[in-house]
This record gives sequence, C-alpha cells and structure tokens, in this order.
Amino acid sequence: MKIVACIKQVPDSEAKVTASGGQISWGEAPLVINPFDEYAVEGALLQKEAVGGTVTALCIGPEAGKEALKHALAMGADDTILVSDPALNALDTQGAAQVLAAAIKKIGGVDMVMFGRQTLDDGSGLTAAQTARVLGWPMLGLVGHIKADGGSVTVSRVIEEGRQNVKANLPAVLSIVQSIGEPRYPSFMGIRKAAKATIPVWSLTDVGATAPAPSVTRSELITPPSREVVVDIIKGDSPAAIADQLADKILAEKVL
Amino acid sequence: MKSIVYIDHFKGEVQPASWEALGVAKSLGTAMAVALGTDLQAIAKQAFEFGADEVLLAEDPALQDYRAEPYAATLSALVASATPDAVLFPTTSRTRELAAMIAIDLKTGVLVDLIGLKSEGDKLIATRPIYEGKLMEQVTCSTKPVIVTLRARAFPRPARNEAASGTAGKTEVKTEALTTVEGYEVAEQTVNVADAGVIVSGGRGVSNNPSLTPPAGMDEKQAEIWRAHEGFKLVGELANVLGGAVGASRAAVDGGYIPYSHQVGQTGKVVAPDLYIACGISGAIQHIVGIRSAKLVVAINKDPDAPIFKVARFGVVGDLFQVVPALTEAFKKKLGK
Ligand SMILES: Cc1cc2nc3c(=O)[nH]c(=O)nc-3n(C[C@H](O)[C@H](O)[C@H](O)COP(=O)(O)OP(=O)(O)OC[C@H]3O[C@@H](n4cnc5c(N)ncnc54)[C@H](O)[C@@H]3O)c2cc1C
Ligand SMILES: Nc1ncnc2c1ncn2[C@@H]1O[C@H](COP(=O)(O)O)[C@@H](O)[C@H]1O
Repeated sequence: MKIVACIKQVPDSEAKVTASGGQISWGEAPLVINPFDEYAVEGALLQKEAVGGTVTALCIGPEAGKEALKHALAMGADDTILVSDPALNALDTQGAAQVLAAAIKKIGGVDMVMFGRQTLDDGSGLTAAQTARVLGWPMLGLVGHIKADGGSVTVSRVIEEGRQNVKANLPAVLSIVQSIGEPRYPSFMGIRKAAKATIPVWSLTDVGATAPAPSVTRSELITPPSREVVVDIIKGDSPAAIADQLADKILAEKVL
Repeated sequence: MKSIVYIDHFKGEVQPASWEALGVAKSLGTAMAVALGTDLQAIAKQAFEFGADEVLLAEDPALQDYRAEPYAATLSALVASATPDAVLFPTTSRTRELAAMIAIDLKTGVLVDLIGLKSEGDKLIATRPIYEGKLMEQVTCSTKPVIVTLRARAFPRPARNEAASGTAGKTEVKTEALTTVEGYEVAEQTVNVADAGVIVSGGRGVSNNPSLTPPAGMDEKQAEIWRAHEGFKLVGELANVLGGAVGASRAAVDGGYIPYSHQVGQTGKVVAPDLYIACGISGAIQHIVGIRSAKLVVAINKDPDAPIFKVARFGVVGDLFQVVPALTEAFKKKLGK
C-alpha cells in the first residue's frame, strides 16, 4: 500500500507569538512538525505495519519545512518530498489543496493520503477535505481508527455525537485525530537516517501545477488585549464553608 | 445581502450554533435556511421560528446519514442556482468538511471558525483567532459566494418566535456517494463542549481519591480507571446541577477515564463557556489555549503553585474530592434544586 502523509512545519506551541507591522514573529522559538500531523504520520505508519507498503511524507513550504520532513523520516517514514517555490508564498487552503493534489498525482499509485486535523498556526482544518474534493476521492474526516484490506478501508470517525463507522473504496483521503494513538518517538536509527537524508525538492513546474491565486487574504493582524486575571483564593474552615462562599461569588458574576 | 444558512443536525437534533448563524445572516440581510437529511419538517418549523425568510429542504433516503460527498454535491448545486452573496455554517465536525468541499466546487474560499463578522458595502470582513488564540486576524474573501463558518457561542442566539411558520421548499438531491455508513457508537450523552454554557472539567487529579477501595481482583490500571470513573461522577454531578457539560484534560482522556470527545485544549476542543470549572487540572499551556474564551474560570487544585491558578478568577487550594461535592450541595441549595 502506498501511503502519503501531508505535514506542515509550525512554531512550537510554547512560543510567544507577536505581530508588528503586519508581520508575525515567534522569536527564538523552534519550528516543529504540526502536532496534529504527527498523528497523520503515526496513522500512516500503523497502516504500513498492518498491511505493508511505504509511507511518503509530503510538505509544501520553505526550506525550513525540511525539518518537519526529517522528523517524519525519524519516526519511520520511507521517503519525503518538499514542494517549495517562491510562487507559493501566499497560498490559501484552496490553493494548498490544488498543489497537494497535483503532487499526489505526480507521486502516482497512491492508495491513502493522511492529513492532520488542523494546522496550529493559521490553520483552519480545511485542507484535507479540499484535497479530497480536488482529487475526487472519498473524504474520511476525523478518523480515530483504521482498518484497511485490499481495496477498501473502514474507519471510525470521532464526531460530536460519538463515533460514525464508515467504509470507502481506495484511494481515499483521511484526516487523523488523537484517538489513533500516541505518535511514536523517533528511534535512534531513525534519527541517524534522517540526519543523513537529502530531501528531494519539487518546484511548481516539477509538480506540473501553476500557482493558484488566493481567494482568502488577511487584511489585518490584531494582538488580543492580554487578560490579566488575579486569582481570588477562597479559604474557609471546612469544604462546606469554602463551597458556600465560592458558590456565592460565582452567582454574583451572573454567568449562570 | 442574501445569505444561505446551513442548519447542521444529527438525526434531527440541531446543533444550536446553527441558529446563531441564522441570526448573523438576518443582521446582514435576507436568510434562506437549508437542511439536508430525512424527515426535516420539524427543523423547517424551527428555522422559521428563529427568523428564516425562506427554508429549503433536501430530503432523500440517500441523505439519511451525513456523508461528505452527497451532502457537498447537493449543497453546491443548491448554492450555484440560488446565487447568494454568502453561505453561513456553524462550525462543527461536519461543516468544516462541507464548507471546505463546496468552496472547491464553487471556486471560492472559506473564512473559518469566525468570532466576528461585519459587512462593509458588499464586502464581508471576518475576524478569527490564529496561533491558538495568541493573535487575531481579519480576513476577506475576494470571490463569491463567500463561505463562512461561525464559532459556537461567539454570536448571539436570535429570539425564537414560536408563532412563526411557513412552507418549506424542496431542492434537488445529488445522491452519488463514495462511502457507506456501517453504523454508530453513539455516546450515552452527546457532548458538544464547544457549545456548552457551563463546563466542569476533570483532569488526572480525579483518579487518585485515596479513600476509595476498588473492588477486589482489579489490576493497578483497572483500579486507576475505576477510581477515575468515581471521580468523574462527582464532576458530572456538579455539571448536572449547573446544567452544564463535562470536559476533560488530555491526561484524563489518555488515561482512559473518559472519551476523547470531552477533551478541551489544543488537540481537543476550543470552548467558550460562561463558566469553566477545572478540577484536578494543572493548567498546561495546551489545555489553557482551549479555554481562552471562557468568561469565568474557576480552579480547584490541591497544589497552590499549579499554573491553572494564573488564569483562574476564583480558586480553591484543596482536595477536589471534598470541595467538588460540597460545591454541588451549595449550588443545589442556592439554585433551589
Ligand atoms: C502536542 C500536545 C497537545 C496537547 N493537547 C492537549 C489538549 O488538547 N488538552 C489537554 O488538556 N492537554 C493537552 N496536552 C497535554 C498537556 O501538556 C498536559 O500534559 C495535560 O493537560 C495534563 O493534564 P492534567 O492537568 O489533567 O494532569 P496533570 O498535569 O498531571 O495535573 C493533575 C493536577 O491535579 C491536581 N490534583 C491531584 N489530585 C488532586 C486532588 N485530590 N484534588 C485537587 N487537585 C488534585 C494536581 O495538583 C495537578 O495539578 C497536550 C500536549 C502536547 C505535547
Ligand atoms: N503546507 C502544507 N504542506 C503539507 N500539508 C499541509 C500543508 N498545510 C496543511 N497541510 C495538511 O492539511 C492539514 C490541515 O491543515 P489546515 O487546513 O491548514 O488546518 C494539516 O494538518 C496537514 O496535514
């Protein structure tokens, strides 16, 4: 089975992110693989272990994206592709989906494409379904469990109301959530392999696509006012006395 | 401005944020509500009550279960023929997918999970949190129709006029599907913490009540889960008295204490309740990013240095197994329950 995992590089979630002059900055904080995309890689590796095959990690982004791809290699991916082109600086999700779909076709013979649920930077949780739509493949969103055999796949989707079990023929696009299982740590061998790897880079021409014009554009960045809260620690002689005071204070806030 | 509003539902139960979207559409101009599925008359009636000018239904056995492809194709065809300026969705697990797909069909863009939306002339300017709420951006879409999804509880719910009624129209259904639904494992209670006004959450702390003796014959992990279930009963009782939902930290979900759909935070749900009570949760950054929009945060933790106290308005340093039941009792009395 040929599996592709789509991954992106984002600032670490501990980073302090600031905006000035229309530019976003995260200081010295490192860029890491988007945490949701670790689940996509994990899902892909679990599938490979279950039915055999290969896992290719695919990223659209600048040179820095290579680090995310190396993380996927270290986790156990077989190969990687970075799609990098100056013309791709202003992609919206519709555009990213066009380029990812073109790259997936170019890779050829792909059975399953795994996405993360959402990117943590300006993510919107749209790209997976949009890529599926461009490819004309079934979309299996928010997948927490996968069972594939031969030509089809059955998944359990995590929805507000519980789980929905859905079956589709391959090829298919999946977005993977946390219930799939904890992403494995890179192995020592994996880290060595990743350190030595040269990441293939495809330009837009290589992919055979043209730069899509974005529909969605940012007009302004806003730094939300920081909410300084000073905690009021409620003390008392007994749990009942504390609870009585706390309930009164909550009621006084008129939030109920 | 002419808008279409997608009414999201599961087996006839409407996600209430759909009505918030309807309210926004009305404030922008005229609103046509659409619903897909089977037996939709009750939903049509509610849509009129919440202010829809028109209601359009796509009813067909092929649409009985939500499935991405026939739903997207039906909706795209409907939008293409009605030519609205905007299509509004509440943000839910289903609508992110649908909005994404119809944008491809209609060659336009999506402004997703918005907390603000205003019109300037015929242009829509949207506000959404990015970088886990550390920043906000204003975004616009240069193509029509503009597709938006609105975060639950970020917009007012319109008043309901039970006297309102109307006749719903029918629309053509596209039945071509790429998936089959094999079944559901439906939770005892549907939990949409994203839509709850009050959330009482439990963390790893709920599993360590030393005064409980687990039934004989359990191994250590089973005993831990048993203890945690007992702990979550206390959390659930408080949530119940307050008419709220039960949330959880990732440690509680990973520990197997409660299903993933309850998880609040970075890899769980972003929530915006009026009241959030964290019980036995330390307050890791990945948890905090999920509760930035909560109006009032209350923390109960035995560790005075737990970071959750840095974001809480009220705190109790103490044992949750004593404080939580006491708080339940106090509210029972004060709320006359
Ligand atoms: C990529 C990534 C994504 C993540 N996403 C999420 C997410 O979406 N949501 C999330 O919650 N976490 C997330 N985490 C995990 C997060 O970092 C923390 O590990 C997690 O939130 C800790 O859960 P906790 O507070 O329940 O447990 P702990 O940190 O172990 O805290 C337990 C708390 O309970 C208190 N306690 C214990 N016993 C009692 C008692 N009897 N009475 C009162 N207090 C008691 C302790 O003092 C302690 O503060 C993520 C982590 C990563 C790396
Ligand atoms: N630049 C990119 N390169 C590769 N995959 C991406 C890229 N952007 C988004 N994705 C994938 O699409 C998912 C959803 O992203 P988004 O729609 O931006 O929230 C991510 O979790 C990734 O799996």
